[in-house]
Formats: sequence, structure tokens, C-alpha cells
Amino acid sequence: MGDPRDARPVPRPTPATAPFWAACREHRLLLQRCPACQAYQFYPRTLCSACLAHEPEWVAASGRGSVRSFTVIRHPVSPAFADEVPYVLALVRLDEGPTLMSVLRHCAPADVTIGMPVEVAFEERRDEVSLPVFRPAAGD
Amino acid sequence: MAERDSLRGKVAVVGAADTAVGKVPQFSATGLCVDAARRALADAGIGKQQVDGLVTCNAFAEPYMYHAEAIAEYLQIDPRYCVTAVAGGGTTFSILQNAAAAIAAGVCETVLVTMADSLRSGLTREQAMLIQSSTGHPEFEIPYGPTVPAFYALIAQAHMHRYGTTPEQLAAVAVSGRKHAMRNPHAQMREPIEIADVLASRMIADPLHLLDCSLVSDGGAAVVLTSAERAGDHPHAPVYLLGFGEGHSHEHISQARSLTTSAAVESGRRAYRMAGLGPADMDLAWIYDCFTPVVLIELEDLGFCAKGEAGAFVAEGHTGLGGQLPMNTNGGLLSYCHPGNPGSLFGLTEAVFQLRHQAGERQVGGAETALVHGQGGIMSSHATVILGREAQ
Repeated sequence: MGDPRDARPVPRPTPATAPFWAACREHRLLLQRCPACQAYQFYPRTLCSACLAHEPEWVAASGRGSVRSFTVIRHPVSPAFADEVPYVLALVRLDEGPTLMSVLRHCAPADVTIGMPVEVAFEERRDEVSLPVFRPAAGD
Repeated sequence: MAERDSLRGKVAVVGAADTAVGKVPQFSATGLCVDAARRALADAGIGKQQVDGLVTCNAFAEPYMYHAEAIAEYLQIDPRYCVTAVAGGGTTFSILQNAAAAIAAGVCETVLVTMADSLRSGLTREQAMLIQSSTGHPEFEIPYGPTVPAFYALIAQAHMHRYGTTPEQLAAVAVSGRKHAMRNPHAQMREPIEIADVLASRMIADPLHLLDCSLVSDGGAAVVLTSAERAGDHPHAPVYLLGFGEGHSHEHISQARSLTTSAAVESGRRAYRMAGLGPADMDLAWIYDCFTPVVLIELEDLGFCAKGEAGAFVAEGHTGLGGQLPMNTNGGLLSYCHPGNPGSLFGLTEAVFQLRHQAGERQVGGAETALVHGQGGIMSSHATVILGREAQ
């Protein structure tokens, strides 16, 4: 009997998203930016969703952002996540603009607030993929 | 471009019916779908040979690759217009505009819309939960283990943060629906509840308690649509479709431009414009209530109150019978039933019963106009329908 956590789903990269996941393996968070209109976007796409005209470029993200909203999941979606409850699911708005869904680590659920500054960290899953997760930003 | 009012009053509902709802293990999803069809045809006083258009939605518990065709085959009817709506409370409802347009354009004359699922008896709890949460983005959301209540909890937290909405106000939505369900002999949940009961129920995803979440049910609903010219040939007074509007803003909640304002703004504006009516003209409304915060955002976006004021609006009792806007008079998805994809259609059948003045103990006195709003995805796809007893 293996670890039930191994049943947690992993992303299946597509040609458009493979560079993003490859960078995550190296613990680097990438965003896309349009060379023409300068719009940032997430998730990765084959085209700029603002102007549809150009192939976006990969740029290193700051990895910093703030909590746009969050919830504490008390009832897991499947047995694979049973060991994790309660866990904080959050929408994080990166400083560059785009929002992504993630989880918050190293923070008690009761201490999370909307607007709280957070920074990226990476979590290995099944030794296949590194998922971007977030934690409270180090004081500066 | 066609006139904005092109469909106004051109199509009517001449038959409407719900199956038994709640726990209905004697029928599979297909069984419920054809039972709803049979009841709606009987209500319309027509035989199946008069049906030349068929609309269904797929069922999680018993899917077919070609669902509407499979139901046509089961019923042995040969439609010339045959469409399956795929999923969610939005597209399974916005398909009504498509069906009405098909009738108005002469593609077909009489459309049977029948939708059902068996989420309670046909699936395990875990299957039902996993299937529904698969609305998340497979690559950028699902790996984090989100649940459907969690997706809606993100909206609730944002609304609370921005407008000061309280858990008590969310709970008031559930209590409002339950009060109506207590007057509906067919409702799945009829035990009285108070705000304290909602707040004392198990926390599922903060701030949503168990009683902030809609039911998991078996059930089906169906309507028969035909042209206004033919609408007088049926046993019950026709209920006319006066306005339609849709708005589609995103699929995945992490891509939503706003967490607190939805495309119900656009769907409502379009439906009001076609109908030539406004929110103050509605005698009742049925507002998609998969989770309590959804109702607050939709009430605001549809113009029934200002942004940020829906919590107080419901808590003050305006959505009760005799109130300013009786809402979800069958008990809604929170207390009547929620079999998933067909959800919005129970709002349409309830509006028809109300406008025919056949709603029994929960009748809104003298109801002339009604608004039904469905949404699907995670506040993604919105459809608003305005109905009335008169075509003009």
C-alpha cells in the first residue's frame, strides 16, 4: 500500500506550458509577457490573450504577491488530500498583475488575511513535478 | 444586427413538470429524464408525435456521448432539432434562448426541454464530489485539491472583505429558502432552520457551513415550448418568454476579473432590455442558489439592490412571501433539490407554476412577471430569463 498522497493529481504539461513546469523544477516561477503590448499573463498560452497577435516571452516573476481571497478546506476533495486538511486554498495576485490559484503553507489558517503579502515556494510531488505554493512574505 | 427585442413574447411555455425529487432510487438518471418528459407532455396536453425539437443535458450518473439523441431514441421520437447542453447551471439554461430562437426562426415548432440526474442514488458521495470539482482547471487548479464549496468560499470571503457581508447574512439566504420549502410538500428538506442552525452546522470551507451549500439530489424537470401563435391550444394558460440575456466571463475562478461582480450584470441587462422591464417590475425571482454567497452577488448584479447591500436585503426578510421580492419559492437548490446540471430548470418550472397561479401554499399573490437566473461553472456562465402571463 503506497502513500495515499501519491494519488494527488499532478499537472500534465502541454507544449505551451512545459517551459513553466520545467522552470518550477528548478524552483523558478515564470510568467509570460507580450513583446508588443507588454501584458503579463498567467496561465501560459500560445498567444497573448490581450492582443492575440504575438507569441509571449517568458520572464522571471518576482514570486511576490498578495492574497486576493482564500478559504480553509475542512472537507477534502478525495482521500488523497485527507492528510492535508485543514489547508488554505488561496488566489494569489502576483505583483506583476496576474492571479493564480495555490495553497498557503507555513501559516496557521486563522492568521491568513486578504491582502496579506506572500512569496512563492515550491513543493515536490511524486518526484515528478514541483508545484508553486506560497508562504507569508519574509519581513522587509 | 437583429432587433434587441426580437424574441420578446414570441415563444411560450405550455407545459411544465418536475419529477419526484430528493432521494429517488427507483429511477436512474435516464429514467428521471424520461419521467420528466412524460409529465411535461401530459401537462401540455400533447402527445410525443407533436414534439419536433428536443433539448436535454448530460447526466453525470448515466452519461451518453449523444445524450439528446439517446433520449429521443428511448422515447421513440424523431426531432428535427436535437441538442444536448453539456454541463453546469448556466449553459443548461442559456440553451433556452437557443431553443426559443429555433422556434421563432421556424426551425421547429414544439420543443421539449427535459433534464435530470441522479447524483444522490446514482453516484457515491465521493464520486459526486470529485466529478463536480473537476470544473477546476486540470493543470493550474486541480493539483491543489480544491473543492466546489472552496471555489465559492473564495467568492464569499472576497464579498465579506469588500462589503462587510457577514456569516449571519449568508445564513439568512438558507433560512429564506427553507421557509419556502416548508410550504412545498415535494421539497427534499422541510425541517425548519434558524440562522443559528446554519452557523452551527459543520464548516466545509470557511466561511461556508454545510447549510450554506446546496443539496445533492436525484430529480428531473421538463418544459414544453412552442410559438405564441400555437400557445393557446393547450390546457393551461401559456407563460410567455419576454426576455433573455446571457453573460460569459471566464471558466476558471482563478481567471475571473472580479470575485464580487459577475456577468449576471450583462445577462440581466440584456434580458431586461429585451423584455422592456426592470428589476422593480418583477413579482418574484428564482436566483441560482448553489451556495448562499452566489445569491447575494446575483441579487446585486441583477439590480434588485445596490452592490454590497444584498446581505442586509435578505436578512431583513425582503425575499419572503409578502416581501418585496419573493425568491426561490420552491425552496431553491438549498432546500428543494439540486441534481446538478438540471438545477436552473427547476427555477423555470417554479416560475411557470407561480405565473399560472398554481403554486399552492407558496403562491405569490397576483404574480404577473418573474425572473429566473441560472449560473454555471464558478460564477462563469450566466443566463437570465424573464417570463410573464401576457405576451406584450
